[in-house]
Amino acid sequence: MAQYTFQDFKKGQPRWCPGCGDHFFLNSLHKAMAEIGVAPCDTAVISGIGCSSRLPHYMATYGMNTIHGRAAAIATGCKVANPRLTVWQVSGDGDGLAIGGNHFIHANRRNIDLNMILLNNRIYGLTKGQYSPTSPRGFVSKSSPYGTVEDPFRPAELCFGARGHFFARAVATDAPGTIEILKAAYEHKGSSVCEILQNCVIFNNGTHDSVYSKEGRARNAIYVKHGEPLIFGENNEYGLVQEGFGLKIVEIGKDGVTRDDILIHDAHCEDNTLQLKLALMGDGDGFPVALGVIRDVEAPTYNDAVEAQIEEIKAKKPYHSFAELLETNDIWEVK
Amino acid sequence: MADSLEVKELEQVVVRFSGDSGDGMQLAGNIFSTVSATVGNSISTFPDYPADIRAPQGSLTGVSGFQVHIGANPVFTPGDLCDVLVAMNAAALKTQYKFAKPGAAIIIDTDSFGPKDLEKAAFQTADPLKEMGIDPDRVIACPLTTMVKDCLAGSGMDAKSVLKCRNMFALGLVCWLFSRDLDIAFNFLREKFAKKPEVAEANIKVIQAGYDYGHNTHSSVANVYRIETKHKVPGRYMDITGNKATAYGFIAAAEKAGLKLYLGSYPITPATDVLHELSKHKSLGVTTVQCEDEIAGCASSVGASFAGALAVTSTSGPGICLKSEAMNLAVIMELPLVVLDVQRGGPATGLPTKSEQTDLLQVLFGRNGESPMPVMAAISPTDCFDAAYEASKIALEHMTPVVLLTDAFVANGSGAFKLPRLEDYPDIRPPYVPEELKGKWTPYMRAKNGTRYWAVPGREGFEHILGGLEKDDKTGAISTNPENHDLMTRKRAQKIANIPVPDLEVLGDKDDAELLIVGFGGTYGHLRAAMEEMRAEGRKVAMAHFRYINPLPKNTADVLLKYPKVVVAEQNMGQLAAWLRMKVDGFVPCQYNEVKGQPFTVSTLVQHFIELITK
Repeated sequence: MAQYTFQDFKKGQPRWCPGCGDHFFLNSLHKAMAEIGVAPCDTAVISGIGCSSRLPHYMATYGMNTIHGRAAAIATGCKVANPRLTVWQVSGDGDGLAIGGNHFIHANRRNIDLNMILLNNRIYGLTKGQYSPTSPRGFVSKSSPYGTVEDPFRPAELCFGARGHFFARAVATDAPGTIEILKAAYEHKGSSVCEILQNCVIFNNGTHDSVYSKEGRARNAIYVKHGEPLIFGENNEYGLVQEGFGLKIVEIGKDGVTRDDILIHDAHCEDNTLQLKLALMGDGDGFPVALGVIRDVEAPTYNDAVEAQIEEIKAKKPYHSFAELLETNDIWEVK
Repeated sequence: MADSLEVKELEQVVVRFSGDSGDGMQLAGNIFSTVSATVGNSISTFPDYPADIRAPQGSLTGVSGFQVHIGANPVFTPGDLCDVLVAMNAAALKTQYKFAKPGAAIIIDTDSFGPKDLEKAAFQTADPLKEMGIDPDRVIACPLTTMVKDCLAGSGMDAKSVLKCRNMFALGLVCWLFSRDLDIAFNFLREKFAKKPEVAEANIKVIQAGYDYGHNTHSSVANVYRIETKHKVPGRYMDITGNKATAYGFIAAAEKAGLKLYLGSYPITPATDVLHELSKHKSLGVTTVQCEDEIAGCASSVGASFAGALAVTSTSGPGICLKSEAMNLAVIMELPLVVLDVQRGGPATGLPTKSEQTDLLQVLFGRNGESPMPVMAAISPTDCFDAAYEASKIALEHMTPVVLLTDAFVANGSGAFKLPRLEDYPDIRPPYVPEELKGKWTPYMRAKNGTRYWAVPGREGFEHILGGLEKDDKTGAISTNPENHDLMTRKRAQKIANIPVPDLEVLGDKDDAELLIVGFGGTYGHLRAAMEEMRAEGRKVAMAHFRYINPLPKNTADVLLKYPKVVVAEQNMGQLAAWLRMKVDGFVPCQYNEVKGQPFTVSTLVQHFIELITK
């Protein structure tokens, strides 16, 4: 495989606001693609509409910046028609989960081999500041001056509810964490959702403050890794254990708790119960925000199954051209 | 008595088979039309399904009909009214009698006219014929069920399977009535049930019994008939519905272009059969994705097109409403896409199983911005094949979405389809970006005819980004420059205007017609039949029928402005007329509009057109 650098994937001058989380993510994506090593000409980056959906314009790959909400559907056709391509689908929270919610769940359900990036800043930026389907209840915005009266989607919950097999999360400013999950998403065969916590400096500044800095993550996040204990804290002093139907934070070395008591992360577990609990942590509940690959379960992909079925039927059916197809009908001859 | 029977020659005949949805009327009709087509008669068929999904047996809403029109000369429609009505039960007689000509022969199964059957069919008295004012002399009343049971007694078949053969008895009777050669029907059945020879033989036995019954008794019919063949076009044929022909057209175009065929679709009446048909042919590499909605059906096709496939999305009017967004994306990205609209009655859910031509203005104009799109309309079930092929060719060679209009009537109707040879069809050559442009190429560089080049992902050195935002003509980067937008808008329009389409053909009395009949798409057969009938009566009439609606044929204005009177006849409130008036200065046609969800009737058209001439 040819060797690439991030420069090979870079194009143009991004036009996002200075300080926008999309800049950070874009850099990480370039680097991840270079490390993955798929040629730019075999890569397609497909977005919808929104600030983050401008991203394909800054890629030296094939790509489309399409219409609002339809990126997952368009990416689906692209991948199924040309499975040789590595397809990345990029959406914001409005594009992906509001107008595009239906396509998001069905892409996950079908398990099409798409790397689906969800840049979540919990706001509509391009239209200048309306609440999004991930804005918290009571959120004040231009379209909700007295606060919203609706609950948000939690992307992991939606992904799992749609029978998604891969869910990972990173903070836009955390380059190593982002690159790691992007590579894992590429490696995963099937639809993989990467939620990127990304700050909008203009309309929703500070929405991910608790984990946006390295120090913040040290205090308020937990990096989950398959096969490793769920330990976190500035000095790795805390861990997660199961208690009843839920999770509990324990302090290692206190009340007789040892490292061996800590729950080991299993991203490959088919049952998503505990993975969902991890993914939902950190919503003001005293738990840390889970970062990294939370769920990564192998399953047959739609595009592989489509190809396999075509091969199977080709072997079974006696006709392989239009002329032969005609002959399968009831034919009569007029002399 | 048999000796006194007269054989009468007929030019054409219409037979309507009707019964419960499960009575196998379509199969009986299909065999009858195939038998007739095999001897070289011209055929046209149309099924009339009930709107209910599964109405109770014997009920009025559960009746389905299948009409077959057979002619010594070419026939253009399934016929207005029938010469022979087969009514397998009381409900069928009640609902279908209105489709019978005065004096038509009526075949009924007296076993299905018991008190319960009459009650279900809402007859008030025990004498349904009298109640409906039907002359009993015209009725071939036979205890059909009893005779089928007798015929298959000792065959070892269960009662249910025996009853399934009733349609074949009726078919046998009809074959006798029209002096048809049963061997052709036998061969048809032996092939159809090749894997179940016992079923084939049972059916054959019953057809023969029906035929013999007619021959031995021919109660109440004075004649048997013969339809000679006058216009034989030798060749190999199959019976094909419009939807199947459309699917075949796409398959043929993909093969000719050397591309994968991709269909993104969502089930919708009356277009779903195209999805069904294409889903069968995986051995040809056809990929169909049944999407989560109409939007995704079209959007995924746009994605497939970008990825290098011949991309098609199929739907009906309500689906076009939802697809228009992604259709527009294909307009600005200049990617090939075929959008099939099998029109049905609207607005909204409207009349899902019925036929209209009410989507024309929607597909021409129903998108935001300046959004030019080629529009074609298939004129008959068999023409759907050529139309789908041509729509695909235009889309691929001119890098544009193309709308192909058919309608429920054309889609469900069938005709004898002369097997096409792919080598007789023109090549399909998409404008792939030439390798020598590597390093210089930008996405909106155009070939001489104004068409953008196609760079399919996978080609090194041609990586590019397309999108829904306006792009710079030269660089392909996002641009809001006013001059550039104006230029791009004009280039997109010019590209469509440059598409070569054949001239409008004038049929009939092209030099001295008093009236020019104008239509488009699926009404061709009825308008043609009306014209022929008027000419046979000595009227000077011509007709011009549009297959290409955007761009219009170059000679459109010349044709439309040549005749003293022009009538645009269409199954909407005047959409083609409005389009033509917009495009042809000084064109002021008469209009004939019907929005009934039913095909035109030739007799009504003739009556109206004669009034137009004489008033």
